[in-house]
Order: sequence, then C-alpha cells, then structure tokens
Amino acid sequence: MRYAMAIDTKKCVGCSDCVVACQTENDVPIGYCRDWVVEVMDGTYPQLEMELRSERCNHCENSPCVRCCPTGASHYSEGGAVLVTKNECIGCSACITSCPYDARFVHPEGYVDKCTFCLHRVKNGMQPACVAVCPTKCMYFGDLDDPRSEVSQVLKKRKYKTLIPEAGTKPHLYFLI
Amino acid sequence: MREEIIVSGRNNPLIDPQLHVWHWEIPTYLFLGGLAAGLMFFAALYTIRNKENEYKTAVRIAPMLAPIALVLGLIALFLDLHHKLYFWRLYTTIRLESPMSWGAWTLMVVTPISIIWTAMHIKDLFPKWNWKFDVIEELMEFFHKQKRTLAWIMLISSAILGIYTGILFSAFNARPLWNTSILGPLFLASGLSAGAAVVIWMSKNHSERKRFAQLDLMIIGIELFLIIHMFMGFLASTQVQIDAANLFLGGEYTAPFWIFVVFLGMIVPAILEGMELKGFKIPVAIPVVLVLFGSVMLRFLIANAGQASRWLY
Repeated sequence: MRYAMAIDTKKCVGCSDCVVACQTENDVPIGYCRDWVVEVMDGTYPQLEMELRSERCNHCENSPCVRCCPTGASHYSEGGAVLVTKNECIGCSACITSCPYDARFVHPEGYVDKCTFCLHRVKNGMQPACVAVCPTKCMYFGDLDDPRSEVSQVLKKRKYKTLIPEAGTKPHLYFLI
Repeated sequence: MREEIIVSGRNNPLIDPQLHVWHWEIPTYLFLGGLAAGLMFFAALYTIRNKENEYKTAVRIAPMLAPIALVLGLIALFLDLHHKLYFWRLYTTIRLESPMSWGAWTLMVVTPISIIWTAMHIKDLFPKWNWKFDVIEELMEFFHKQKRTLAWIMLISSAILGIYTGILFSAFNARPLWNTSILGPLFLASGLSAGAAVVIWMSKNHSERKRFAQLDLMIIGIELFLIIHMFMGFLASTQVQIDAANLFLGGEYTAPFWIFVVFLGMIVPAILEGMELKGFKIPVAIPVVLVLFGSVMLRFLIANAGQASRWLY
C-alpha cells in the first residue's frame, strides 16, 4: 500500500479551504499551517498564466527527514506516510532543515509537527480533511498500488508533475497539469 | 517573469519567510567541537610520534581546554533542542544514516576521553594535586600505561568529531549551500587551525611555538585551497548551487565572508605567523585571536547562509 495525493491545478481556485479544514481537524496551533496554497504567476501582461497548488508534506518515498532523524522519531507509517512520534522527537530540527519543501515546523510544545495524510481519518475509511472539504473536488487521495483507486485512475488519465523531483525524494504528492 | 507566492497566509515560526531554525547554538557548538577536536588531535598525534617532551603544551596542557569546550558545546546543543526533556532518546538508538546520531555517539566517546586525558596530566599543571582516593591513582596509572592506545583512540575519534561538524551540514541536500562534501574537511581543517592557534598561545617553548606556527600556516593554506575548490564545485554544479555560491560571490554574505573569514581569519594571521617565523617580533595573541575569530565566523556564516539557500521558488 502506498498512499498518494493528486491535486488538480486546473480545478483549484486557491480558496484555502483545505488549510482551514486541516487546522480544524488536526488542532493545528494558531499561527501554524500543515498545508498551504501557492500561487504561481508566469509571463508578462497580457500573456499571463496562473497555477494554484495546495501543498503539504510530500510523504516522500526517499525522505531526507526520516534519514537524518537521530532518534527514529520520523518514520514511515502505514502506506508510506511519514509521521513523527511525539515522545521520541527531541526537537533538534534536523528534519526541518533537511526538507526541501519546508513542510515541517516546531510545534509550540517542542516536538516537530507536520501533515499526517490524516491517517486517523483514512484508517476509518474517510478522506483526509483537506480532500473531503475541497469545494471544487480538485484533490484525489488513495492507494497507488490499487489500480482502481481514484488517485491511480486520475494519474493514468492526466499529465502530472511532482515538486523538485531533482532532489531525489520521490514525492507522493502529484500535481495534475 | 515568474513569481511564486504562498497565498494562504502560511507564517510558520522559524520557517517563514526564510528558514532560521538554527540560531547561535549550532555554530557555537560546531566551533567548540572543532576546537576540541583540534586540541585532542595534536595531543594524540605527538604522543604517538613520541614527541611528548618536545611539545609539552600540545600534549599535556592545551588538551585540558578540550573538555571545557566540549561541555560548553554540549550545553549549547542542549539549548538548541526544542523538546529538551526527551534528549536521552538520542542514546536509545544508533541510526547510521543520521549524522546527528553519529555526532551524539561520537561525543559520547570523545568527551570521556578528553576528561581522562585532562585527569592524566592535571599534575603537570598543579604539581601538588592529590587524588585523595587510591582507586583513582591506580586508575590513572593504568591509563598512563595504556597511553598509546588511548592516543590512537583519541586521534581517530577527534578526527571523526572534526569532520562530523561539517558533515552535519553537508548531509542536507535541501540546503544547496551545505550540500558539498568539502564542508567536512574544511571544518576539520578550521578546527585543527584553531587548536594549533591555542597551542601557540599557551606555549612558552620557542621551538614548540615555531612548530605550531608552521603547522597553522600549512593548515590555513589547505583551508584556502578547500574554499576555492568549494566555490569551483558550486559554480560548476546545478542552478541551485550556483545561486548558493552567489550568496558569497556578490550576495548578502559576500563582505562578512571574504573580510572576516578569509582576510582577517586566514590571510592576515598567516602573514603575521610567517613574519614571526622570519624573526619579526609580533605579539602572539594577534594571529591567535584572528584565527579563532575566523573559525567562529566561518561556522556562523555557513550556518546562516545555508539556511538562506534553497531549492524552492
């Protein structure tokens, strides 16, 4: 099982609902974000092109954060999701500097926090909060190993890209273009 | 033209707008660790080469600063942790892929050795020193008998400590400026140079000072060579590494790096030491302080500039 997420940049309107849903669902402390929306503007007026991307931890297959963690607090969990065990984390921030996506932060309580792919919801058959709440239905979540899953289907049909593939992290967040 | 911005108002402390999770603690520790590595390396080297009586300060007196530097460095490291009460988790696992784990375990070896070495030579500094307990006297005798073995362990572990201070950074490919294996040897050389400088400062023996001035000159030469190669490597690499190098070649870190680290921390002390070797009278404190200052600045600038260099956007 390999969980992955595909995000349709053609359908995303950048409403940031995913951000708010995540903060509510996961009790993210005020002033912090586990996911965020990036707006890319290309070209010069009047030839402008815009891309909107809802970003979060890429749950990489070759995660630099898991590799550099001195205590093993950062680890691969079910479906390859990268998680942090609170009580093993010493807050050394090595994983934060190792992440090319800047997806991690120090929780005010001291440990390092990040997107969990909402595994607590997924285990109960639900979608991650950001996916469930998206008003344009631009996000797809599922198992890459299952050819019938929504995410496998959409990746078969559409062109996509990943972020900074040259960093060698093998990210599991796909952006449909 | 291309512009990428976060429009959902992400403002994670220490991450946005620019990564700055590592403050003064990490570079301070890297300097102190490097200095301790330098002091212990020379002490071990000259013990193994049977030159203990020729270079008394280097073998017996100067390494007494190593445990002090290491303890202060460890305090800095501890202060850097955000989840402090769980620091002992470092010692419940060995993770070969994690430089930080290597560092934690190296310190676990190096720190006791530095304390033992100090205890073995404490009578050279305080001739009236009395251990009070026979057990400790016997233990010291045992260590004196095993001195060569201890010196070999110290030589290797101090070299690992010195290199590791650079590897800690270079293992992060997310920060293109750090992602060069030259940082390991460069930080080792900088630590050795700082160690040699401290020996020059503490020694009262003319031939010992001369020897360490020669050594320091040679190490400074190696450092300059490594720095040039580091930038050559960056400029021949990918765009992100070219951008990283440009932080020091016209970017915001240009002036502090070339003035404080290269000119004041390497070239000026090298000239002063060279003049002294030629017979000019130069107050020894000047090149020594400059070398130490350059060594500190190197760590601080690399730590800060590295966090400013990135792949994204």
